Amino acid sequence: MRAHWGDTLQPALVQHIELTAIAVGIGFALAFPLALIAHRHQRLEQPIGVLSALLYTIPSLALFQLLVPFTGLTWTTVEIALVSYTLVMLFPNIVAGLHSAPDDVIDAARGMGLTRRQVLLRVELPLAVPAIVGGLRIAVVSTVAIATIAAFLLPDGLGYPIFLALKEPTPFKTEIYSAGLLAVALALACDGLLVVLKRALVPWARKGVA
Amino acid sequence: MSAAPVTHAAEIVFDGVTKRYPGRDQPAIDDLSLEIPAGTFCVLVGPSGGGKTTALKLVNRLIPFDSGEIRIDGRSIADFPVTELRRGIGYVIQQIGLFPHVTVGDNIGTVPGLLGWPKERIAARTAELLELVGLEQSDGKRYPAHLSGGQRQRVGLARALAADPPLLLMDEPFGALDPITRLRLQTELRRLHEEVGKTIIFVTHDVDEAIHMGDRIAILREGGVLVQYDTPDAILGHPADDFVKQFVGEDRALRRLALRTLADGQLSAAAADEHGLRVSKGTTLRNAVSQMLETNTDHVVVVDGDRVLGVFSLADAGGLL
Repeated sequence: MRAHWGDTLQPALVQHIELTAIAVGIGFALAFPLALIAHRHQRLEQPIGVLSALLYTIPSLALFQLLVPFTGLTWTTVEIALVSYTLVMLFPNIVAGLHSAPDDVIDAARGMGLTRRQVLLRVELPLAVPAIVGGLRIAVVSTVAIATIAAFLLPDGLGYPIFLALKEPTPFKTEIYSAGLLAVALALACDGLLVVLKRALVPWARKGVA
Repeated sequence: MSAAPVTHAAEIVFDGVTKRYPGRDQPAIDDLSLEIPAGTFCVLVGPSGGGKTTALKLVNRLIPFDSGEIRIDGRSIADFPVTELRRGIGYVIQQIGLFPHVTVGDNIGTVPGLLGWPKERIAARTAELLELVGLEQSDGKRYPAHLSGGQRQRVGLARALAADPPLLLMDEPFGALDPITRLRLQTELRRLHEEVGKTIIFVTHDVDEAIHMGDRIAILREGGVLVQYDTPDAILGHPADDFVKQFVGEDRALRRLALRTLADGQLSAAAADEHGLRVSKGTTLRNAVSQMLETNTDHVVVVDGDRVLGVFSLADAGGLL
């Protein structure tokens, strides 16, 4: 593994982090405003939810087939697929989070004279943070796993060493284990970071603090 | 010198107000006219379906109404920008509705914050209110989840009082509390009302609570019809109809006696060494009667400390009703 670190695994890991970060970042940038719209106009929630679920059902390899004629063997192709998968995990969680403020809290907030915008910014959004971070955790962990399929199109990411090793005739394939373990470690590390982030953002849920 | 608002209590007038919910035959509020003088503790009471909560929420425009007018100090509530109207009215609900994600202190400071008070003034006001409602200063830094139900409702009350509004709307504020906490908070709210002198509109379905708390009681029946609007004593003594009679209970005579103490009663002259059971002048007439029944006598000797004030008899009690 040491021999492979500098020339193969390290760049693959960095690429993998980039693939994941871009996918979740763009996914969040799309899901968040869609969730705000669905929260305000409840009729739109179901159609948007169904659409994101439909995107998720398309097998990734089939989606690549569809996209390659337009976007080629590029990161764009991979990211379109990855982003569409994150939507199904982010959108419903953000919407559920925004809906999660108890009715009595909203009633009191309006009764005290908060405007609709103030209710959203000061009450609904902060109370949505746990659900939003929950959605991000699922999206990040899944995307780290799914991003290995980028290797079908590009020599990038932790999927690539695995992809190459599968083609080799040798029985003992270190790369599968080392790259696979790195992907698992990356997923766990991201998940841990998000848990820490949530604790920092949600001080009110901690027990017994004064 | 703090810039206290000019008004301390507001006069509220319901003028022929009707509210219908779509798809229902019966109105929720039917041509309600009610004058609540400034500084009055007015209790809206009645069975469910009487429209008590609806009536309350009409005042801060959480629920719109169809016809009529509601005026605060002579000005129609429709003339206020809605957020300004609400920021000027304290609002307390049974479920309390504290913001779980901010501290008790920040909850209390919500409306002052909306009104743009400087930070130091909000902090000073928050400290003052924590004391007023019987909480510790250290509670201000805690989150609502770490408080008991009774403490939370104290915070709810403090939050409603924060910007010193001339009117408080309270929707069954003590309905979810245990009986002991409820009684304590009821007593404290009465004291607070005497202290801060706000107009309070208080909704309850509990007739005992209404009698205990209200200067005036408005009884609403199904369909949002006002059946009687009067002092607790007048409602118990002269119920307007059978509905009110039934609603206030068969023991209304005793309830009425509970509203007065021996000091309010007409006492017959008595010698300083008058024989009989001695009771203090602060005793309610109801308790005095109860003691007479218990000891099988027909009178008690009313005292103020060691001094004999007079004699109060069962017949005197009957004469008052």
